[in-house]
Formats: sequence, C-alpha cells, structure tokens
Amino acid sequence: MANLSNWGNRLHSGETTYGIVAHRKRFFAVSVVLVLGAVLILVFKGLNPGIDFRGGTEYTLSGVAGASTTIAKDVVIEQFPASNPRVAELGDSDIRVQLDTIDQVQVAPLAQDLADAYNIDVSEVSSSFIGPSWGEDVSNKAIQGLIVFLVLVTIVLTAYFRAWRMAVAGLVALLHDLIFTVGIYALSGFEVTPASVIGFLTILGYSLYDTVVVFDKVKENTADVLSQHRYTYDELANLAVNQTLVRSINTSVVALLPVSAILFIGSFLLGAGTLKDISLALFVGMAVGTYSSIFVATPLEVALRDREPKIRKHTADVLALRESGGADVVRPDGTVRVGALVPGHHQGKAAQPKRKPRK
Amino acid sequence: MSSAAKSARRSLQGLVWIIVILFGLLTLGVTTHQKDASFAPLLGLDLEGGVQIILKAKTTGDVVPDASDMKQAVEIIRKRVDASGTSEAEITTQGDLNIIVSLPGDPDQATLDLVRKSAQLQFRPVLVQQQVFASSVVLPSASPSTDPTPSPTASADTLTGSDTSATPTPSASAAGADTAGIDTMSPASEVANVKTAASANPSASPSPTPSAAPAVTDPAVPTNPSDPAWITPEVIAAFAALDCTDQKQLTDVPLGDPEAAFATCGSDGQFKYILGPVEMTGTDVATASSGPNITQANTSDGTYAVFLKMTGSGGTKFADTTRRLNGLSSPLNQFGILLDGVVISAPSVTKGAITGGDASISGSFTQASAQQLANQLKFGALPLTLEVDSEQNIAATKGANELQSGMIAGLIGLILVVVYSLFQYRALGAVTVGSLVVAGGMTYLVIALLSWGIGYRLSLAGVAGLIVAIGITADSFIVYFERVKDELREGRSLVAAVEHGWRRARRTILAADAVNFLAALVLYILAVGNVRGFAFTLGLTTLVDLVVVFMFTHPTLGLLARTKFFGDGHRFSGLDPKQLGRDVIYKGRGRVSTGEAKDEPKLTLAERKAQKARASASAGEKE
Repeated sequence: MANLSNWGNRLHSGETTYGIVAHRKRFFAVSVVLVLGAVLILVFKGLNPGIDFRGGTEYTLSGVAGASTTIAKDVVIEQFPASNPRVAELGDSDIRVQLDTIDQVQVAPLAQDLADAYNIDVSEVSSSFIGPSWGEDVSNKAIQGLIVFLVLVTIVLTAYFRAWRMAVAGLVALLHDLIFTVGIYALSGFEVTPASVIGFLTILGYSLYDTVVVFDKVKENTADVLSQHRYTYDELANLAVNQTLVRSINTSVVALLPVSAILFIGSFLLGAGTLKDISLALFVGMAVGTYSSIFVATPLEVALRDREPKIRKHTADVLALRESGGADVVRPDGTVRVGALVPGHHQGKAAQPKRKPRK
Repeated sequence: MSSAAKSARRSLQGLVWIIVILFGLLTLGVTTHQKDASFAPLLGLDLEGGVQIILKAKTTGDVVPDASDMKQAVEIIRKRVDASGTSEAEITTQGDLNIIVSLPGDPDQATLDLVRKSAQLQFRPVLVQQQVFASSVVLPSASPSTDPTPSPTASADTLTGSDTSATPTPSASAAGADTAGIDTMSPASEVANVKTAASANPSASPSPTPSAAPAVTDPAVPTNPSDPAWITPEVIAAFAALDCTDQKQLTDVPLGDPEAAFATCGSDGQFKYILGPVEMTGTDVATASSGPNITQANTSDGTYAVFLKMTGSGGTKFADTTRRLNGLSSPLNQFGILLDGVVISAPSVTKGAITGGDASISGSFTQASAQQLANQLKFGALPLTLEVDSEQNIAATKGANELQSGMIAGLIGLILVVVYSLFQYRALGAVTVGSLVVAGGMTYLVIALLSWGIGYRLSLAGVAGLIVAIGITADSFIVYFERVKDELREGRSLVAAVEHGWRRARRTILAADAVNFLAALVLYILAVGNVRGFAFTLGLTTLVDLVVVFMFTHPTLGLLARTKFFGDGHRFSGLDPKQLGRDVIYKGRGRVSTGEAKDEPKLTLAERKAQKARASASAGEKE
C-alpha cells in the first residue's frame, strides 16, 4: 500500500509523469487494432446467439447429479427426430437440454417424459419455450435503448462539461469499450442471452462513470489554462490523467471484485446462467472501460482541443516562452516538470483566511 | 463546535431518521399483516419458480397497437386469471407489443390456457350455415332429433332486447347454435350441439341461398354485410375444405379478413358457417352476465339467458345490424359471435331491432353454458390478437439454487471489497465498510417496501445488479477519499482537506451518478424481459449511493477529521500526511504539525524555509 500511495504522491506532484497524452498516437493505434480485431471476430466468428435469440425450447433438469446426458438425448430424439437436441451438464447437478422450436402444446408432455427418464419429479424440470421473434424484440429494444442513451448522454455531458469535445471523446471511448467487449464475448463463444445484453448495456453507464471522473480532473486542471503561460493544455490534461491514475486503479479494482465473484460463482458452481452471462460482459467491459478512460478518452479530447486556434496559439506561446528561458518549469536536464503548485506560491485571494462575520 | 461539525451531526441524525422511518413503515406493514408486506422481499419468478408467459400483439405491418388497447388486454387477462383463482399473478405490458404474465408457483394447465388464449371477439352476420354430420345439407327435421334439451322454440337461441321499453316485443324464437365454448372455459357444454332452426337453408350446398347463386358468378358489389354477394368462389372453396371434426380447426384459426366473408366452424364442431364482414368487435361489448331467463310475465321459465350490455357506439351498431337482420330469412337472420375465429354462438334476430344497447340471448342454455358464454363475451373481448412469444416454466428448486449462489457471490464480492478497502485505506476503509453497510441496509429496506407498495419482485438479474452495485457504490467513496488525499498533498489541514475535497468530489460524484442513473432509467424504460430487473436495482442503488455519500460518508469523515487519531494523521488512519508526501501540515493559528517532530525544537518559518530549500536543492527538483 505504501508503494501505491507513494507512487500516487509522485504522480500527484508531477514528480513522476507518464506521457500518456504525448504518446497518444501509440495508444490510438493500440485501440484501433483492438477494435478492428473485435470487429473482425464479430464478422468472421460471430456471436453465438442463445436460445432467447434463436427461438427454441430449453429444459433444465435439477438435481440429477452424475446422470448421463445421453438419456435426455434419446428421449428427445425418439419423439422429435428433427429437433436437433443439444444436451449439456450445468454445474454439478443440472442438465440442460436445448432443442429447436416444437409445438407449444408439446412442451409440457416432453418435460414429463424427461422427468420420468431421469426419475425425478416434473417439478424439478424448468422449461422455456421461446418464439423466434422474442429475441429480435430484445435486440431491437437493446439497440433502441443504446441510441436513446447515447443521445441523452451527449446532451448531459455537453451540458455538464460545457464542452462538446469532452462529450464526443467520452462517447468514442464508450463505443470503443462496447465493441471490444462484444468482440471478446464473441471470441469466448459464450451464448448471447438477454443477461449478456444487460451486461453490455451496463457497460454504458460504467464506462462513462470512469470517463467523467477523469474529465472532471482535466477540466479542473485546465480551467485557467489560457491565463497562464507555464504549461500547455496537453501537459495539464496529461497531469490530470496521471493524478487520477491511482483513483482509476482503485475504483476499477473495487468495481471488478464483486463482478469477479459473480463470474467465479456463475462459471464454476452454476454453469451457464444469468449470473455468468452478465458478469463476463461486465468484467471485460469494466476493465476496458478503465483503460479507455485513461488512454483513449483524454488523449482524444486533447487531440480535439488542439485543433482549436486559441489552444494552438497558447501552446505556441508557452513553448516560445520556454525557448526564451523565461519559464520556471524546465528542469536542469531539459525536461518539463508539470505538477500541482507547491506551497510558497501565491494561491490567490481565495486561499486567504476569511473574516467571519460577527454574530 | 464549528458549523461544519454541526451540519455533519444534523446529516447523520437525518439519516438515522430516514432509516428509522423506513424500518418503522415496514415493521408496521408486517405487524398489521398488510398484503405483501414482509421482511423478506418478494422474489421474481426466476428465483421463486413459476410460469412466465410473454404474449405479443400481432401487428399488421408497422401499425403499433393503441396503448389503451394493450391496457385493456391486460385488464381482461387479469380478470381471466383472477377468475381462475390464481393469486399473486403479475400481468404487465412491456414496450408497445408485449404483455408479460407471471404466474408464481405451479399453475395448472387450464389457467395457462386461459392466458394463452388470445380471444378476439367478432360479430359477423351468418350467410350460410351447414351441419357437418348430416350429409351436406341441413335438414330442418334433422335438428330436433339431435336436440338434447327440448325447449319451446325448438331449442334455439334468440337474441332479444332486454330493454323492454326499447323493444316492446321481446323477440322470438330463433335458430342458431348456441355453442359451447371454447376449450378453455370448459369442455363443450351440452347445449352445444343444439341445432335447430338451421332449419333454414334447404339449398345449403356451397352456394347458400338461391339468390346467392347468381352473386357468386357475378362480381356484384355487396350492398350490406348480410348480402350473399360477399361469398366469393375462394370462400366457398375454403368452406368446402373445412373439416370441423378436426380439433385443430377449432383451436388454431386465423381470424380472417374483417372486411370480407369468412368460412369457419362452430366451436362444437357440429356446424360450419360462412359469415359476412365484421360488424362489431369485443370492444363494443361493455359487459355480459348470465342468469335465469325472465319471461314477459316476469317469471323464470327455468331456462337461462345471457345478458349483453353494449357500449354507446356498440349499441348503435348493434341496433343497425339487428334491424337489418330482423327482416331476413334464416339463416341470414343469425348473428354469429366468433371467439378467435370460431363461432361460439349464432342466435337469430326475429323480434325486431334491438335499440337499447341491452340484449339477451336465450334458448337452450343451462346455467353453466350461459355463464360460460357470458364470460367469453365479457373476458374474451380482447381488443387485439395475442400470440405466445415465449413461455418459461422455472422449477422452484432451480430458482432457490440460483438465489443461494447469488447470495454467496454477493458475500464474496463484499468481503473482497472490504478487504481491499481496509488494505488500501486503512482506518478510512472502515468508513467505506460503514457506508456500504448503511447503503446495503437502506437498499434492503427500500426493496422490501417496494415489494409491499408496488409489488416489486427481485429477480436474479436484480440480484446481479445489487452485487455489481457494491463496487459502483464503493467507487464514489474512493473518488471522495482520493480527493481528500489530493487536498492533503497540497498542504491543507485534514479538516480543510475534507471540506475542500468534498466540494470537488461532490460534483464528480453527482455527475457520475447522474450518468449511471440515466443508463439505468433508459434501460428500464426501453428494455424488455429481465433487463428491467437489473436496471431497476442499478438505478435504485445509484440513488441510495447518493444519499449515503451525502448523509453518511461525508458527515462521518467530517467528524472523524476532528478526532485525534485522524486529525493528527496516525499511521493507520489512511490520512497520514507523511505518507502522502507531506511532512508538515498547517494546523491553523500559526501552529504547524510535523508528525514526528514532537521533541524537536520548533523552527521559525524562515528557518524551515531555508532548511527546505537546502533539502530540495540536494534532492533535485523535489518539493
């Protein structure tokens, strides 16, 4: 802990600085490769739609530890030779049987037959009958939700930061996270269920949460950027990223811990199910969300701001001042120390003690 | 005591009050045995076990059904389910097209059928009626022999105005099969097969009435819904192809074009019909009931009747139609009532137009069959067609397993977060833990209250939302603590750092929570299925998080900052300025705390500055 704390101190004071903004092209390249890779996986491997999206019939038999899966297969094939049954063990005591859509009135009798075959009560059999249009509904709603959310968030972020560039950068980072997560999901071959869609959509909120925290610091650091000539916009934004680094790590670790707990329980104790589907999407999404808030969102915002004439002029002025030797921030070895102001410098009237009104 | 400390105490007191009030409400609800009030929140179907059926409105093209139609459909399904005695059913709409019916426990097949039944009620005039078994022609003599319930009017059903003032002559005998119902309500009633007056139509072969024959070849434009000119060769072909002995023809029938003639079976499988275009639908029926048939002499004649009440506009349509039908010969004077495309009753109109909006169907009913038809008319009147989109039957044991696993996952997650916070923030981590406990307690109380108040049910996705929320809630504490640390690093005293850091962190937390809440809200409004349960808990915990940060975490930290342990920056307080790269903190009023330097002589400001300048010169550009 002491190390992380010391590291945090050095980052805060500017003693240690990682040139995240300065090397943004490198990070952009990494992100472009990641996103392209995700898109390629999506195109060539594709997502593995779960039964909710394909339509079909699914049974889950509880409390059949150690039983053979072929029994179920035989029962189904006997009655519905063309139903293409897939039987899998879930966790340690459940068996899942998936087959194509059968007539809805036949769902209950088959459940009874399966229960008989495994010698369990029919009340231990869960069944789902899903019409082919249901999944389409879920996906349409998800996409609709995504679009509405993006529009609303653009408005909220623009209003909050009073800077559309921040909103744009935040949204790009968001899409980056979403595409990457969906790509990883496709790579994992897990079935996409409504629960995983929940996971994807939750990333929306979380990815932005992280970005908002970093941008808030950027905004604070660069509030008076034009009225000083010690540092450029790039440097102050970079300082903000460095200063929030410890915070970002802590918040993501804390957010990931419960998610990993669900992922672990969901994968090893329960097998497939709501918990596992949500948590895999969330785990990947949160991790990449932290990455993107540091390495994508802020550098992108800086890249956008740098195109602004007044920022460009300010940067030129600052560099010219340093060139002329008039700046006090250049270290003897030529590097620039960008950091918070240390005591001893004038901090403005606001830092002075105030007289309390007499009562 | 400073005003900051006072307001911190006030906040904490406020929080205590909130929790006490929430808890008191819940306890009150539970102890007075209010419905659904319980210390254990209601569980969703996926945890409790039960059947969930998702019905989808059939649409033509892109036309979205009216929201009021959907609402009405929900009402009707609720009535059907309630009538079946199933308690705790939850029926809601979701999105524009879906109706979700959740039946906890292990509902019986009949109840499920009730829900699945889309039940569209249509009223079409009868153009052709044919008995299925009796060769191809309905002979008048055939019916009495099949009639199990002898009734004065040859066991026929009649449609009569019950508002006597409007129809002075309560109408007459009739023909028409009053039929039994549709499978779900009960298996065919005995009245069903009563067929009589079908008497009509001696020339009943495909082309119905003599007058109709020319119309078939001649593409004349029908003048009114009873005009046999509606019967096209296609309809005749469909009519000929109907096999009403096949159960499938009775259960899975397409509704047919409302603007054209339509061939279908009677629900008893005894008759088949060709009917004119739709003249009224279920929405025109305000209500229906059944009871003993009251004769004109105001006495019961031992038979039963179904009483219909039309809506305002329905009454007008009904009057127009009955006026027209009244003058026609059988079977053209029969008014077919179709439920889901199958004729459930086809009473005849022989005693004049029914103008009051009140009508009765009498004839061959028993008490049960009358009740059944009344129910079909009343509850069957769904304004739109629904089909089963998905149906899930969750075994109770599976749900219990998943709930248990969810709890274990939550517990592990919580422990991990607590351990990490204590490790990372030392004593400050205890504030995190305290905040999480408060947040958890409030969330529990709110969910239990919502269970009671609005019947909210916690689903597995909701549980996942709660677990994920542990991390997200703890995040706002971290944002705050890191902020305070930043302020300490900049040389503020702890009390000042807490106030200052709070002001800045507050903005960040508000903005970040707003984004999270927005995401939850959009998900909740737009999403279908169990996405909603997740969005709900996520939104709820975001709000709880705000309350806890404002009313617990910040005030607590504000008060703790004034204690010796934290204020002097104890090594384990997590707020030790030395560990934050600062050996000297300004304590106010010219006093300076230097941590270890208790014994060392106090240096003057100038001496300290000089010392520091030397130190920093030797250590490079360190501060």
